[in-house]
Amino acid sequence: MYVAVKGGERAIENAHAWLAEERRGDTGVAELSVAQIREQLKLAVNRVMAEGSLYDPDLAALAIKQARGDLIEAIFLVRAYRTTLPRFGSSVPVHTGAMSCDRRISATFKDLPGGQVLGPTFDYTHRLLDFKLMADGQVPQAPTREAAPGDVPHVTEFLNQEGLIELAPQDDTPPPDLTREPLEMPADRALRLQALTRADEGFTLGLAYSTQRGYGRNHAFVGELRIGSVPVEMEIPELGFAIEIGEVTLTECETVNQFKGSKTEPPQFTRGYGLVFGQTERKAISMALVDRALRWEELGEDNVGAPAQDAEFVLYHADNIQATGFLEHIKLPHYVDFQSELELVRKLRRAAGADQLQEAAE
Amino acid sequence: MTMQNDAYNFAYLDEQTKRMIRRAILKGLAIPGYQVPFASREMPMPYGWGTGGVQVSAAVLTPEDTFKVIDQGADDTTNAVSIRTFFERTAGVATTTTTRNATVIQTRHRIPEEPLTEGQILVYQVPIPEPLRFLEPRESETRKMHSLEEYGLMHVKLYEDIARHGHIATSYAYPVKVEGRYVMDPSPIPKFDNPKLGNMAAIQLFGAGREQRIYALPPYTQVVSLDFEDHPFVASKADHPCGMCGAEDSYLDEVIIDDAGGRMFVCSDTDYCEGRQTAGHKGKDAA
Amino acid sequence: MQADTLSGGFSDPARQSAHAFRSVREALGRPGTIQDISGARPPAPLSSAAGAALLTLCDTETPVYLAGNHDCDAVRAWLAFHTGAPPTGPTDCMFAIGTWAALGPLSAYPIGTSEYPDRAATLIVECPSLTTAGATLTGPGIQTSAALSLPELTAFQSNHALFPLGLDFIFTSGTRLAALPRSTVVTQEGAF
Repeated sequence: MYVAVKGGERAIENAHAWLAEERRGDTGVAELSVAQIREQLKLAVNRVMAEGSLYDPDLAALAIKQARGDLIEAIFLVRAYRTTLPRFGSSVPVHTGAMSCDRRISATFKDLPGGQVLGPTFDYTHRLLDFKLMADGQVPQAPTREAAPGDVPHVTEFLNQEGLIELAPQDDTPPPDLTREPLEMPADRALRLQALTRADEGFTLGLAYSTQRGYGRNHAFVGELRIGSVPVEMEIPELGFAIEIGEVTLTECETVNQFKGSKTEPPQFTRGYGLVFGQTERKAISMALVDRALRWEELGEDNVGAPAQDAEFVLYHADNIQATGFLEHIKLPHYVDFQSELELVRKLRRAAGADQLQEAAE
Repeated sequence: MTMQNDAYNFAYLDEQTKRMIRRAILKGLAIPGYQVPFASREMPMPYGWGTGGVQVSAAVLTPEDTFKVIDQGADDTTNAVSIRTFFERTAGVATTTTTRNATVIQTRHRIPEEPLTEGQILVYQVPIPEPLRFLEPRESETRKMHSLEEYGLMHVKLYEDIARHGHIATSYAYPVKVEGRYVMDPSPIPKFDNPKLGNMAAIQLFGAGREQRIYALPPYTQVVSLDFEDHPFVASKADHPCGMCGAEDSYLDEVIIDDAGGRMFVCSDTDYCEGRQTAGHKGKDAA
Repeated sequence: MQADTLSGGFSDPARQSAHAFRSVREALGRPGTIQDISGARPPAPLSSAAGAALLTLCDTETPVYLAGNHDCDAVRAWLAFHTGAPPTGPTDCMFAIGTWAALGPLSAYPIGTSEYPDRAATLIVECPSLTTAGATLTGPGIQTSAALSLPELTAFQSNHALFPLGLDFIFTSGTRLAALPRSTVVTQEGAF
């Protein structure tokens, strides 16, 4: 006997209760604290802050805990929270030259003012599982040295002195705000960079990789990669000057790309740029490569039809919260549309005499 | 069930966001069928699960409204329950499953069977608002096509269907032309529902959150399903009466009832079906 | 800052603006109907209805043009305090407010572009009175025909001829409001 499905509300409540239980796991194992996640899963926290577009390590850590380690789910939690926050104003642009760098490397010069600083990197670790970590997390103190005083100059500035790299135009126009205005095509570089910095890491990585393999290749060198903290300042109208309201850790990647020159520009190097919240190196490098690929038009290059050159394709599909929502919505009931398709297929088959054909074959 | 959570503004959204959405709704009403871009917000539910509809509902609800949510015609499907609960909690509005008692109805994929009235608003959840999207994936191109009223591509597609299959092979989200100007996606309602779009007494609002578009049909707007003289539009449904209430005029879900592939057909609009059963109508499969 | 600058806004913004929007939306969705709208007590010469409409629709993102006598200190200060809407001229406003005589010429206002017809101004026209008599209205939102006391005919006919571009109008008088979107066909009384 058919009875129309009822009790959706209770089913949802029960699912939520089960979910909470699963999140906690074996209660014989100590519960993770938000502080532990913030301190010990810092790269996950950084990714959630970057793609969630909200710099708050505690909230990001909470989101990771609540999301059971599903980072896209955690990013979603942070985004949904972010939209409810009132907006008090905008900071003045941060000055990454004044960054106190934990890491700063250049792939284009062996040595340079400010030096090469490896910092806390996986780069030269041998990827061997460290079974000691299963037992305890005791680590010896890392050696320290005094930080070098003063600003660390950008590598691209050295190239600039020779006129070998395109000028980065100075522009004080406030950039458009992707989170307050609907995305509109064509998107200028400021808007593209804004979309890329919160874009899904995997998607950005895949696109950047595709440019390296020839789909819109742009010969990128990592001119410089730097990670560290910069002060954030805000103009207070009542005071008439900017005051420091905090600091954020950022990863900045500037690529130097070959450019043969065009009708209007001499042969010179060009730039790709990545700037991302937290220590998020893979993302920042990927962002710089994709940024450079998207600049084909303004540089007068050929559109070879590569995915990474296609701003509409990249920007409309880079946001993992939009993507995962729409992807997963196909789990929702589609009885009605499916029913209409069933009727249509039956009708088309009748028209084509397919039913008879099938019967004959059987 | 009107426990309102005071931690949130009435109907969840902040007032500035509501104003932005309200302005988009007014422009949508002024240009029927045109997709107004709006700065859709991240909602506490996933994109693709009704965030556009939820934002439009949040912008139009008043505390005195009675709210109904249907998904696939049913009030009790899980996502309908989830959205209804969301507004009970954040707006404290009364809710109902009875179509005629509702002042605002949010829907996914159906138009209620019972004709709507002047006091009502129907809010659609829209996944892909652009009717030309699957013919031309680029927003910059489709925007141009709408501006030039260049809908040849759509007619070619429909005509190719006829050439290949003898019929137009679009059974839901069937495109319509509004007031002789804009081609519009009516959201993935079955084409059975298309004739209800035009000349409706209620205001119809369409919200696409992920795609950041709002559009509208004022009451009594002329809405025509695209077709050809030699292949006129036909609103079709399963050729059965409802097994539960015997209705011959309602859209039906096909339900598989046993391992041998036995099936029955029941109204997709659960309120309509229950109303008829209460009034004494009985289908062949009713107890 | 004067006391009446600070007062006269919505005391319960979320609920009052929800009601006020319902009135504006009904008016624009059903041209020719007259709706009550309340909750605002703006300084003269702004009507209560126009004040409520501005509170409901305007903020820092919507440049507003104050035409004629409406461009006075009291209205400017009230609008700035309650909405933050930047004052501007007719050419780049999203909303304009004034009497019919003060608002003209209509050619000064943005009517949208063919790709973005929504980027057009909405004019709030303060009227001495509003009645459902006068010009005949047909089009979307109207079952057969409606009638509304419009300040004139030809301006609205020319505006409709621009469709899908064009201006949208809200008419206010006291605590009542009506509206005329660009989609409405306007003909002389009794012509339908």
